[in-house]
Amino acid sequence: MGTRRASAGDGMPVLADRLWRSAEPAASYDAVIVGAGGHGLAAAYYLATEHGIRDIAVLERGWLAGGNMARNTAIIRSNYLLEASAALYEHALQLWERMEDDLGQPVLFDQRGVLNLAHTLQEVRDGVRRVEANRLSGVDASWLTPDGVAEVCPVVDVSDRLRYPVLGATYQPRAGIAKHDLVAWAYAKRLYDLGVDLIEGCEVTGIETAGGRVTGVATTRGRIATDAVGLAAAGRTSVLTEPLGLALPLQSHPLQALVSELFEPVHPTVVMSNAVHVYVSQAHKGELVLGAGVDGYNGYAQRGSFHVIEEQLAAAIELFPSFAGAHVLRTWAGVVDITPDASPIIDSTPVDGLFVNCGWGTGGFKATPAAGRLFAHTIATGSPHELSRPYALDRFASGALIDEHGAAAVAH
Amino acid sequence: MLLIECPWCGPRDETEFTCGGQAGVSYPSDPFALSDDEWGHYLFVRDNPAGPLAEQWCHTAGCRSWFIVERDTLTHHVLATRKLPEAGEEP
Repeated sequence: MGTRRASAGDGMPVLADRLWRSAEPAASYDAVIVGAGGHGLAAAYYLATEHGIRDIAVLERGWLAGGNMARNTAIIRSNYLLEASAALYEHALQLWERMEDDLGQPVLFDQRGVLNLAHTLQEVRDGVRRVEANRLSGVDASWLTPDGVAEVCPVVDVSDRLRYPVLGATYQPRAGIAKHDLVAWAYAKRLYDLGVDLIEGCEVTGIETAGGRVTGVATTRGRIATDAVGLAAAGRTSVLTEPLGLALPLQSHPLQALVSELFEPVHPTVVMSNAVHVYVSQAHKGELVLGAGVDGYNGYAQRGSFHVIEEQLAAAIELFPSFAGAHVLRTWAGVVDITPDASPIIDSTPVDGLFVNCGWGTGGFKATPAAGRLFAHTIATGSPHELSRPYALDRFASGALIDEHGAAAVAH
Repeated sequence: MLLIECPWCGPRDETEFTCGGQAGVSYPSDPFALSDDEWGHYLFVRDNPAGPLAEQWCHTAGCRSWFIVERDTLTHHVLATRKLPEAGEEP
C-alpha cells in the first residue's frame, strides 16, 4: 500500500471559519438538554424544528461533540434482526439519506455498504436468517458467498488459510459511514441559527426537583431553571440519575478504537466480523479506522486496556493481510452505557420533567438523527413516538426485552 | 492492562481474569414475594458509580476461584483484593 501525500483538507469540504458560538447560560429555559454530542444536538434540532420549542440550552461539560461523538467509528447501518430494532435504525438511515438537505451542510454521508462476515456454520445460519428478516422489514440485505465478499471488498482474505475462514457475509449496500465531526457541526450551525444556546464547559452537577418535578439543574456555571431536562449523556447518565434515587439498568464501559496513518483508497466498504471481533473501514481522509468490543470492566476513564487493541489488530491482520504493513497512529476510548439487552432506552422517568435517551451502548452514532427525533417527541409530548414505544424503561420489569445482544449476531 | 492480585495466586495480568460485575448481590431470599419491578431490579440493575466499586472477578486462566476486587472506575486503579466471605460471614 502506498502512503498518500496528506495535505490539510485533502478531499474534505471547505467550511466557513465559524459555524456557531458557545453561549453564556441564561437563568432559565423551556428545555435543557444535557450533553452536546450527536444525540443531544439532534434532539434540540427536532425540538426546535418539529415541536416549535426554541428556548433551549444544550449543556456540555467538555467541548461540543468531544465525547463519544468524537470517538466512534462512524458506521451507519440498519441490518438488525428484530422488528423494533430494524424499524428504529431504518428510520435513522432514511434520515441520514436526507441529512445534508435538512441541515444544509456537508456530512460526507457515503453509502459504501457493510459486510458482516460469517466464520462458523452457526454464523452462516444466523446471517441468512437476518437477511430474510431484514427483507421482511424493508431493509436492503443480501447473502454473499466468499467469492461475492471478495468482489465487494478485494482486500479481505477469503482463502482457507485463515484459522476461521470467511464462509460468507450479509451485505447491506445502503449502509456506510459519515464524517462524525461534520455531522455535529452541521447540527450546531442549524441550532445556532435557530437561536438555541450551545453552552460548552458547563457540567451539570445535579438535577433539582420539588414535589417529584424537575425545577432546574445545578451546573458548574450556576443554576439554570427549567421544567424539562433531557439526558443525552451516554456513559455518564447513571452519575446524573443516581442522586435522584433513579437506578437505571446501565453499566458504563470503555470502548476503544484506533486509526492507522493515511493510505490511498484500499478499502471500499465497511467490514465487520463478530467472531474474530473487529470492524474496519477507511475514512475519507485515508486512515484505516478499526474498532472492537468493550473492555470487560466498568470504567469512566476514557481509556481501556492494551490487550483489547492487540486482539483487534491481530484479527484485522488475519482478515486483511495487506494491513500488516500499516501502523497504529493513535488509539482512544469512549465511555459507553450498556443495557442488559443491548438496546437503548428512550423514555420519560418517574421524575416529572426528566427524560432519558441512554443505553445506546456501542452503536449510538448510526442512530443519531432518529435518536434525536424520537427523544424530542418524548420530551415535547410526554409520550413515546410509535418507533420508540418498545424502548421504554419498564421493559426491564415486564420482560419485553429487545434482545439484540444474543439475537442479532452482529457486533454492537 | 490491569495488574490484579489474586488472593490465592498473587499478582497476574488482567488477561488471566474475567470480570463478573458488582459483588455482594444476593439471590432474593423469597423471590415469589417480589413484585415485577423488584424482580426486574434484581435481575437487571447494578451499581454504576464513577469511583470505587466492589466487583467479583474470576481467575479464569489460573486457580479459577472467584474473589473480590475493589477498583476505582474513574482511574481504573485496583484499590484492594480479598477472598470471598465464607458462608455466614459478613461480606
